Amino acid sequence: MQPVATTFFFYLLAGLAVLGGVLVITRRNAVHSALALILTLLSLAGLYLMLYAPFVAGVQIILYAGGIMVLFLFVIMLVSIEKSQKEEQFNKLWLVGLLAAIALGGLFIGVYVKGKALFPEAKVVLEEGNNTQGIADYLYGHYLFTFEIASLLLLVAIIGAVVMAKKRI
Amino acid sequence: MEALGQISTLHYLVLAAALFVLGVIGVLTRRNVVIILMSIELILNAVNLNLLAFSRLYGLHGQVFSIFVITDAAAEAAVGLGIIIAFFRNKETVNVDEVDLMKW
Repeated sequence: MQPVATTFFFYLLAGLAVLGGVLVITRRNAVHSALALILTLLSLAGLYLMLYAPFVAGVQIILYAGGIMVLFLFVIMLVSIEKSQKEEQFNKLWLVGLLAAIALGGLFIGVYVKGKALFPEAKVVLEEGNNTQGIADYLYGHYLFTFEIASLLLLVAIIGAVVMAKKRI
Repeated sequence: MEALGQISTLHYLVLAAALFVLGVIGVLTRRNVVIILMSIELILNAVNLNLLAFSRLYGLHGQVFSIFVITDAAAEAAVGLGIIIAFFRNKETVNVDEVDLMKW
């Protein structure tokens, strides 16, 4: 199926994503930041759909917006937010950090604009009908070892999170 | 596959760069450690968007790799939030400027 009105939806979703990102780093209340991050994640999931990646879009919504953000909200509720709201939100070197980050962004844009001739114009035909099947073929075939490493990483993360959050080890 | 209209790979790359820079600004300037972790999630999402934008040019490998990045993000969030809970229990704050035991 061909995407419809790609230009409109790209700019709408990109605008929402950037708006959410700006809200994440400027809000005083951490709960508001988390909600803005969910906005960014959902609009990015829409962009993934436009990039012919429906499986990744589904994983993004289920795992990121559904799983990880709930974890974040739980932790925000566990730590007291009243005290941190009254404090200064940005550190003393915020101007230096801002300038460094903007310089980094300028570097990115410069590299992209200079190097965009290197991108191939011919696009691979990514079929949506068997997108999940294709990913699974790679995941359990070509990337099987990486897949096992990822499972080991998750095991370590589970143990690490339990140990870290325990009162006495 | 010319149906993608005027939206080229460069558009996606610039959007990803903007999100990445927003995440870096958050990491460098905020003092609340929970929001710093959220900024790291922003950075990881920018990387994912890059991977998927190139996956449209080179085939499915980018999508598989972005699944691995999401796995990493889940592991990182679990461990990072565990560290935040331990930190809050010891210091009664979420301000990263208060963690200066190893600073001299």
